[in-house]
Amino acid sequence: MTSTKKKTIFTAAVLLILLAACVVVDLTLPGYHIVVTVIKKATVYSLVAVSMNLLNGFTGLFSLGQAGFMLLGAYAYGVLTIPVAKRASVYQYFDGGAIKFSLPEIFSGALGDTVGTVAGMLAALLVGGILAALMAYLIGLPVLRLKSDYLAIATLGFAEILRAFFQWNTLGPITNGSNLLKSYPTFSHATPYVILAGLMIAFIVLLINSTYGRAFKAIRDDEVAAEAMGINLSKHKRMAFIISSFFAGIGGGMMAMYMGTIAAAPFKSTLTYEILLIVVIGGIGSITGSILASFLYIFSSEWLLRGLDSGKFLGISAPAIFKNGFRMVVLSVVIMCIVLFFRRGLMGDKELPDLLDRRPKKRKKEAAGK
Amino acid sequence: MQQILPYIINGISVGGQYALIAIGYTLVYGILRLINFAHGDVFMVAGLVMVYSTTAMPMYVALPLVLVATVLLGFVIERAAYKPLRSAPRMSVMISAIGVSYLIQNLSFYITGGVPQPVTTPIPWISENVALLGTSTKRVTLVTPVLTIALVIALVYLINHTKIGMAMRAAAKDFETAQLMGVKINAVISMTFVIGSFLAAVGSMLYFTNYPSVAITSGGMPGLKAFVAAVFGGIGSIPGAVVGAFIIGLCEEIIKGLGYTTFSDAFTFALLIVVLCVKPTGLFGEKVTDKV
Amino acid sequence: MSDNVLKIENATMQFGGVVAVDNLNLEINQGEIVALIGPNGAGKTTAFNVVTGVYQPTNGAVWFQGEKIVENHPQGKMKKLYKGEHDGEYPHVLAPTPDKITQMGMARTFQNIRLWKSQTVFDNVLIAKHCRTHTNFLSAALRLNRKEEAEQRRHVEELLDTVGLLDVRNELATSLPYGKQRRLEIARALATEPKLLLLDEPAAGMNPQETDELTAFIGEIRDKFHLTVFLIEHHMDLVMDISDRIYVLDFGKLIAEGTPAEIQNNQRVIDAYLGVAEDA
Repeated sequence: MTSTKKKTIFTAAVLLILLAACVVVDLTLPGYHIVVTVIKKATVYSLVAVSMNLLNGFTGLFSLGQAGFMLLGAYAYGVLTIPVAKRASVYQYFDGGAIKFSLPEIFSGALGDTVGTVAGMLAALLVGGILAALMAYLIGLPVLRLKSDYLAIATLGFAEILRAFFQWNTLGPITNGSNLLKSYPTFSHATPYVILAGLMIAFIVLLINSTYGRAFKAIRDDEVAAEAMGINLSKHKRMAFIISSFFAGIGGGMMAMYMGTIAAAPFKSTLTYEILLIVVIGGIGSITGSILASFLYIFSSEWLLRGLDSGKFLGISAPAIFKNGFRMVVLSVVIMCIVLFFRRGLMGDKELPDLLDRRPKKRKKEAAGK
Repeated sequence: MQQILPYIINGISVGGQYALIAIGYTLVYGILRLINFAHGDVFMVAGLVMVYSTTAMPMYVALPLVLVATVLLGFVIERAAYKPLRSAPRMSVMISAIGVSYLIQNLSFYITGGVPQPVTTPIPWISENVALLGTSTKRVTLVTPVLTIALVIALVYLINHTKIGMAMRAAAKDFETAQLMGVKINAVISMTFVIGSFLAAVGSMLYFTNYPSVAITSGGMPGLKAFVAAVFGGIGSIPGAVVGAFIIGLCEEIIKGLGYTTFSDAFTFALLIVVLCVKPTGLFGEKVTDKV
Repeated sequence: MSDNVLKIENATMQFGGVVAVDNLNLEINQGEIVALIGPNGAGKTTAFNVVTGVYQPTNGAVWFQGEKIVENHPQGKMKKLYKGEHDGEYPHVLAPTPDKITQMGMARTFQNIRLWKSQTVFDNVLIAKHCRTHTNFLSAALRLNRKEEAEQRRHVEELLDTVGLLDVRNELATSLPYGKQRRLEIARALATEPKLLLLDEPAAGMNPQETDELTAFIGEIRDKFHLTVFLIEHHMDLVMDISDRIYVLDFGKLIAEGTPAEIQNNQRVIDAYLGVAEDA
């Protein structure tokens, strides 16, 4: 099958070029440069959007709990990685907090400073993912039996409950109550983000194209038929929910890395909506679309349309109109247009390798028409 | 008892306000099977319009303006964002609703500059303090339940005894058949949005009289809670939504009274999940079955 | 123990006060083709749904290959409402979900075709193989199951060849003409490696020629895959042609059973289909 081989080579080439570009960016630009920021943030959003797509796009479960699982991942990462020496100042209202260790420091003891810190950070991310997965298991027991919109509202509700718990002062020694978590280690370069998220997205893609992924799609297309063909609905729905939440948890941890501080406030339902809309822009059921849309969205909101907020855009100076918030208005109008008029989004359900066979197919159709 | 009493009075009042929002959810869901995620934001916009109009013009112009503007907003949202998707899958319409919510919030952020807008000229009379059973409260607390009940009775009359009401019931029962039987479905749907927005506007004016300011996120929570109330009462049922809203308002205020303010929101959602799992059709909802 | 593959024992299915299937008893032996016929609304599809686990019978039991797989007795508010017989003879509750029953070796098609719309012909059949995989999601995602996957794909190709759909394997399932979609549904059911195949009106909407082809086809696959076939059908030509035995249902009750020749001459069956003349 030469066409499959061609597609694999094409995909690999594109991915390698992107990775190389990212490395070049890291080598030439300082860590605070806007390009680096955009890449970091967009990578995190890509991972979360893909995880949401796995559930909403491929399994047909309309869940709006993503922000809650990200919150868990973010807090797990922060709590486990703040250096012991800094805990007293971070947890100043809670006597230095209840947790008296830091994973990166523990790993540093065994593996040396650089490797140990990175290993500790990765371990903390993993713990965040596992916590999110566990929580998904528990939540899934009651809510996964619900149908489409009820499921949406129940998962949204769970995310809100989680957020309330993390702001609860009684849990302060761990979560720092309503105060910020900060001073934890982060990656200053963009490449680690890209590699991490890339590996996880690759796993999701492999899963989607495996026998389990096909079962997920069968459930999405027709539940009754799927069950009649021997697919255990509750088991597979739970599986998709847990896997999606696991990656959302890790995405949350990476979000914490990118932001530098953690509070419960950013993990509101608005965040879930934002990610859902990114998935829609990219095309529900397309991983490539989700990634592409994440980058486009972050690129426009963080960089391209910045001018709309600060008085000058494309050389037009109109401070009365181009003031704070205008950029988001423009973006949301664009999003609404996509939702209403381009319902398939950027990619529909096509993936990167499918771009190769678009033209030959057209020709074939034309030939058949003649 | 003396300490908890103000919370109970408040709870009834808040419940009435939730009820007015919840009816909007339940009417729309009854006909379109759509959770109108933008409804909470419509409620917030009504608050903003109230703040702006009451400072700029006399009360007797400002208040009708709030009603008209909110009804118009509801109408436009339906025509622009939901009508084009009439034949699309339900998920698309829900996404569109989320998109509208996102747009309204961003637009409001732009207009207000992200600063909560203080309620500088509150509506007279209802914002005055009165003494009640040994505690002091704003008159709106007492007006709300009465007004709510009156509006609900009017609405129930409208639905049960007028032609448009009959059309609404027919559309809720079976959308397609109603259409085939000559019910002007688009007019009916617009009407539900108009009624829903009108009630939300009234609820908003009462709600924000009790608050010092209107922020762009002010709509989210009351909106979601009103939705929970609608589900709790049995979505599609108006009495259900009202009863559900009063129960939720009361529980929430009592929880606050007991000192667990952080969890007053969480409680609502916990209740939602329990209801959905134990009796998904709610208190007064109808049972729907899938056919194989 | 007899060699029957499927045995429905005193099964009653009651929805509220409506008795859809009333005390149904039937047996299907190894290798037989058995038809269930009856006027519209007689409860045929309900009987199928009871067998395949979509509904839980109100009372009665279902045996498959000598093993009791479904059993129930009236519970809750049905205790009062129950109008059927044999109350109290089935103390246990056994209610496997449809997927469990499929894994035991039963597979079905649907009256209104239910293919997976966004999937190709090949994938529709391949997905049905999922219930026979032994890998977990990790090894499946990491491609540690290559051998099994290749084996499955080969088997799917064979199946598609058998049903004559190999040339359209990469088309979308819904782009096929009606008759081929029905065949695809059968191929999909066969992919779950069933012992018993349940066909719910396989010839619905087919023209006479397609029906003839289908008749031959059902016989072929029965022999090739050593199947037992249980089918609901309204096309009497097809039913009389291929059935070894026929059961007739009317208003939920079994009114006749026997060979095609016996059924054709049964007065009760004729009455059920044509109605009894009022002055007779």
